[in-house]
Amino acid sequence: MSVAARPVLDITGLSISLPAGADRALAVERASLSVLPGQTLCVVGESGSGKSMIANAVMGLLPRPQVAPVAGQILFEGVDLLTLTEPQMRELRGRRIGMVFQEPMTALNPVMRIGEQIGEVFDAHVSVPAAEKRRRILAALADVGLPEPELLIDSYPFRLSGGQRQRVMIACALVLEPVLLICDEPTTALDVTTQAQILRLIRELQQRRGTAVLFITHDFGVVSEIADHVVVMQTGQVVEAGPARRVLDAPQHPYTRKLIAAIPHGQAQRATPTDDTLRVLQVQDLCKTYRSSHGLFKRGRAVQAAKNISFELKRGETLGLVGESGSGKSSVGRCLVGLAPFDSGRILFKGRNLSQGAAFRREAAGKIQMVFQDPYASLNPRHRVGAAIAGGPIAQGIGKAEATARAVELLKLVGLAADAAERYPHEFSGGQRQRIAIARALAMQPELLVADEPVSALDVSVQAQVLALFAQVREQFQLAMVFITHDLRVAGQMCDHLAVMQRGELVEYGATQQVLNDPQHAYTRQLIKAVPRLTQPPQHLTMAVA
Amino acid sequence: MKSPFWRRFTRNKGAVAGMAVLLLVVVVALLGPWIATNDPWGMVQQPFLHPWTEPGFALGTDTLGRDILSGMIYGARISLLIGAVSTVVALLIGITLGAIAGYFGGLVDAALMRFTEIFQAVPSFALAIVLVAIFQPSVGSIVAAIAIVSWPPVARLVRSEFLTLRQRDFVQAALLAGQSTPRIILTQILPNAMSPIIVMASLMVATAILLESSLSFLGLGDPNQMSWGYMVGSARTVLRQAWWMALFPGLAIVLTVLALNLVGEGLSDGLNTRLDGRTK
Repeated sequence: MSVAARPVLDITGLSISLPAGADRALAVERASLSVLPGQTLCVVGESGSGKSMIANAVMGLLPRPQVAPVAGQILFEGVDLLTLTEPQMRELRGRRIGMVFQEPMTALNPVMRIGEQIGEVFDAHVSVPAAEKRRRILAALADVGLPEPELLIDSYPFRLSGGQRQRVMIACALVLEPVLLICDEPTTALDVTTQAQILRLIRELQQRRGTAVLFITHDFGVVSEIADHVVVMQTGQVVEAGPARRVLDAPQHPYTRKLIAAIPHGQAQRATPTDDTLRVLQVQDLCKTYRSSHGLFKRGRAVQAAKNISFELKRGETLGLVGESGSGKSSVGRCLVGLAPFDSGRILFKGRNLSQGAAFRREAAGKIQMVFQDPYASLNPRHRVGAAIAGGPIAQGIGKAEATARAVELLKLVGLAADAAERYPHEFSGGQRQRIAIARALAMQPELLVADEPVSALDVSVQAQVLALFAQVREQFQLAMVFITHDLRVAGQMCDHLAVMQRGELVEYGATQQVLNDPQHAYTRQLIKAVPRLTQPPQHLTMAVA
Repeated sequence: MKSPFWRRFTRNKGAVAGMAVLLLVVVVALLGPWIATNDPWGMVQQPFLHPWTEPGFALGTDTLGRDILSGMIYGARISLLIGAVSTVVALLIGITLGAIAGYFGGLVDAALMRFTEIFQAVPSFALAIVLVAIFQPSVGSIVAAIAIVSWPPVARLVRSEFLTLRQRDFVQAALLAGQSTPRIILTQILPNAMSPIIVMASLMVATAILLESSLSFLGLGDPNQMSWGYMVGSARTVLRQAWWMALFPGLAIVLTVLALNLVGEGLSDGLNTRLDGRTK
């Protein structure tokens, strides 16, 4: 800790302006923070809190002149970055400061080989012979734990999974051994097991090289895994700062306390076996295969999204369908509501076998409803909220006046004002839109509700509110629910039963308590282990003790 | 009241200028019979009269002594009428076929798109000439010919919009609610596809005016209607002796088409919500 005296990055009193007409005048208001060498500073906050603005300001990536720093200093190794010219900034980027972005699927150029993309960093900053460059790229790829770097260096990004791409991005950012690494939500788009691996990688590389890390995230679970220091931001202001353990264990500011309390705890809340014997849903040996159409010269490819899936659901019960992306859980969900045809097997709704396609939806008569993942895409931007909710019942033959009255009633039920019916979706936040989507599903008086990742696009505090709303309407309407999620914490809290899916197969199925406390399948154990937890002390602390 | 649409539209100075020119042409066309001092076909003065020499004949007369200014005023009526009506007809055909192809996909889509390609494979102007020649030149046949050659791009545009919008969650939700197919197409998807259609329509009016002028220039215009293309065409032989006979109607065509293109660009800015807060 002898070098810790001088911070690598020292931001004092930084204010960043927003264009006129934005919801507030300053995106960031008098924020101060400092990152010490070899340490990780996490900036935590909900979307819109201005945390990414700080990262972009350090990198000089703000969309000037609308959004520009108006006060304060960003001292990087003693130099104020705000006074530097564009060529000087360019000299620093990549060489002294590396950055990793949120979306690994779009961060790599699809028509450039992996080696060329990393090579660009060399070309921009240093001149090294081609052989030397290749050697160093190979070393960088091996360093971030990618398998077979010799093969990988000449392949194109589409061959890599999201986690592997993020590793390439990290290799890109670290290849010139910068003193500061900025990570802007690098694991948000990744599966929970991949997230755990990437976090471990960042932690490991940092310890080996002594890089300072500025880590932006909204997830306190991630914070507890990786942070040495924490800065909590709310609407552009730093509301709390301090060592990670202190902030996590004894949060001072009410906002921090609220954020920490909102984290899904994953403890099964309801152990209420319903004595209701009505089986709302029975799924028997459901199989679903996607075939890409075969062209003149190429064979079609088949991906099996569901292999002999069977489960059942009684009235008032909730089943959690858990798995990583690509495990087929969403495909099963779409089969259950009749939006996708299935190959074989049976879906029985209240004991009645449902046929395929449009006939499925006709037989279900709107009693099977779905809540979608993205609240921004699931509401028609051209329809007023009230009309969107009333549209379904009207299509089922209910009078317009009655349907409208019910829509207003439902809006109140999901916690929105009655005048919301006359407004358009863009006037609402993500959480409010998800409430509207729930109201729209409830308007059909469904008996089965399929929710496909309904809270994964929402901030953690909003997530807690929407989950509470789900729990409330489930009791009130005696709904059977299929809850599709990748987040075991959410699933544990919401569901009576869990079904774990891996590559289209149901690998574990049982009561929530039993699955979480005594997992039988190796994959389930792996999933549970990867969940970021608050209680677990950061790895480097345990190492220091040992 | 200044809506976001108007804020973005008026930020484009060219679009505002285009809108002004277009409004002027529309006013002239609407009030034509009351502004024009002479019958456009009437031989009212000596032929080959230079502009600004005789009061009441600001733009001179043509080879037969007809008033050029009056001809241009009546020409504005016919140009705008044919441009607007043929665009509406082309939109009706294009949106219907494109929507059906994009919504149902599969075989229906393949069949409709091959049908569209037949029209795209034939040079559009040649097809228009043939159609007008077969059906005798009249306002009706010209509108039909222009509409028939200009709907394929609309169908393609609408189809691609429908292909992506169809997959949206709100359409899926409407399906789950049991809404009927026509209802989903008309109330859920079409309103969301309107922005590019409107922009394309404004450019189609310009193309239609050009097509009509070209047809009239070749002598395939409605013989009972004075039009800009006909005036340029009939002045062609005396271009070196009497420049004004071709220049003024030619200018009218250029300015109107330019104005429509500028307005189209402005509409595209105005309807693009992502452009907000960015300078141009």
